[in-house]
Amino acid sequence: MEEKVIICNDLTKQFGDFYAVNKISFDVYKGEVFGFLGANGAGKTTAMRILCGLSYPTSGKASVAGFDVYKQQESIKKNIGYMSQKFSLYENLTVSENIEFFGGIYGVERSEISMRRTDLIERLGLEKEVNKMVGELPLGWKQKLAFSVAIFHQPRIVFLDEPTGGVDPVTRRQFWDMIYEAAAGGITVFVTTHYMDEAEYCNRISIMVDGRIEALDTPENLKKNYSASSMDEVFYQLARGAKRSDN
Amino acid sequence: MKILRFLLQKEFRQIFRDKTIIAMMFMMPTVQLIILPLAMDLEVKNISLSIVDRDHSSYSQQLISKVGSSGYFKMVSMEPSYKEALKYVERDEADVVLEIPAGFERNLIREGKQKVGLSVDAIDGTKASIGGSYLNAIIADFTANLEINNKATTPTNYTSKSFIDVTYSTWFNPLAQFKYYLVPGILVLLLTMIGGFLSSLNIVREKEVGTIEQINVSPIKKWQFILGKLIPFWIMGIIVFTLGLVVCWLIYGIVSEGSLLLLYLFAAFYLIAVLGFGLLISTISDNQIQAMFLAFFFMMIFTLMGGLFTSVESMPDWARNISNLMPITHFIRVVRMVMLKGSGFADVQLEFFYIIVFGVILNGWAIWNYRKTA
Repeated sequence: MEEKVIICNDLTKQFGDFYAVNKISFDVYKGEVFGFLGANGAGKTTAMRILCGLSYPTSGKASVAGFDVYKQQESIKKNIGYMSQKFSLYENLTVSENIEFFGGIYGVERSEISMRRTDLIERLGLEKEVNKMVGELPLGWKQKLAFSVAIFHQPRIVFLDEPTGGVDPVTRRQFWDMIYEAAAGGITVFVTTHYMDEAEYCNRISIMVDGRIEALDTPENLKKNYSASSMDEVFYQLARGAKRSDN
Repeated sequence: MKILRFLLQKEFRQIFRDKTIIAMMFMMPTVQLIILPLAMDLEVKNISLSIVDRDHSSYSQQLISKVGSSGYFKMVSMEPSYKEALKYVERDEADVVLEIPAGFERNLIREGKQKVGLSVDAIDGTKASIGGSYLNAIIADFTANLEINNKATTPTNYTSKSFIDVTYSTWFNPLAQFKYYLVPGILVLLLTMIGGFLSSLNIVREKEVGTIEQINVSPIKKWQFILGKLIPFWIMGIIVFTLGLVVCWLIYGIVSEGSLLLLYLFAAFYLIAVLGFGLLISTISDNQIQAMFLAFFFMMIFTLMGGLFTSVESMPDWARNISNLMPITHFIRVVRMVMLKGSGFADVQLEFFYIIVFGVILNGWAIWNYRKTA
């Protein structure tokens, strides 16, 4: 039996009489790349924020890295990395300063930080940009850097909320190479995306529609079950019934 | 502690990278302390006076030249009739009309009394009442001198009125200059701006940009994040306060009569209170515009009701109560007492207690209000 790092049971988040997340249940296994799909407004980000300890659920049960989402948010936070939809490194700090800061607040030792930083800069090929303000980097580089910073403290799980939005195809490919590398290193990856080619890269995916999880399986099985030739088609079949959208 | 050090390092890097903020830190104390106290003066001068002299006697001439030489009045016209003079007031060219009736000299000599007419434009209440009372004082002085003349010529006149002559001695501010009242207040205002507003805008900015999310999702403790924000601004506040004291000394020669240590003790705790206030604003606001707006709202009240320009004691009861609920009121009082009067800790310990209470309440409220998990 594989180790479950995220266990989710009937998890619900209600705003007034609006069910942003409606009784979702799923498990995520260690080292897996789990795709969390859904149309805009389906409730992906809300669910993810609960799992990251940023928001309280209304009902249901969930644990992340073995910690309860109601009571042990701070313990969850020690064990996860998070990359939000909004770019959130400090634009007026340099590449090197951002790495140092985010490593530092997760309790990584200074000597360890400089070692890992040298290594990271080399892998990203950012040697010339080390002392540049992050705000001056092109978007693709920013996203790669943000991901690297999110896993810098070697968390057990990393949550990525639409990490490749607005990024060119080549950079997206490189980004996914980094994701695989992280997963191979034992980090569980929980990722939302709107790109269906990216969905194919995931070990398993769930598709959310109007706050519920309507499908959950490997990409191959999903395509088989919905007798579709691509993930695009699967998604379309499920999501066209959606009543909610962003606006 | 290690984590706090990372937070402080980051904060200082960002502050010192922002050239505008750094420039403002040095500009604010110098400009505000040099320009404002010189420009603002509650002493009323240059009151425009229109005179109607219908007597044209040597007495009326004496009175007019006495008024003219007082230095407070600016003669704008001499009119033959009151009606003409009033036109100047209507056109906003004169503030006061002094009417000397016909027979002024004759009545003074014969009957020992005479009325003059004084009409004051009361739109600017302060100017009107002060202008009126200046003129009253000058006329009283004029008549007193007349009586002395009278006495000299008729020494048998024992029935002349006796006066209670009041002599003033102005303490702590010998020339009764407004700037001595204002300067300590502006020092306090500076600390309030830096501690209360700069800090709140800084935190709200992190909300706006989204970086606070990255902080909230990390295992940083609440107190670490808050101290990481408060300490840099506390240090900046103390630097600006020091700069302000230097400007006071260089420009106005104001050196604190009381202990500098006591001033710094208060500044230190006052800063904690206003930093708590700034933090509170930042937890309430979602973006910098909201924070600015809130900050401005309170800044107006602080400046106008904190006893910066007008004395709190002369406010109506309800206003005085509000005023006492603001930390700034207490700190202004302390700075004035310590700097100008040389008061010691015993004289201001009640204010110290107030400031501590404000610090605890504001910070406690802000910390309670700040949520890492919503």
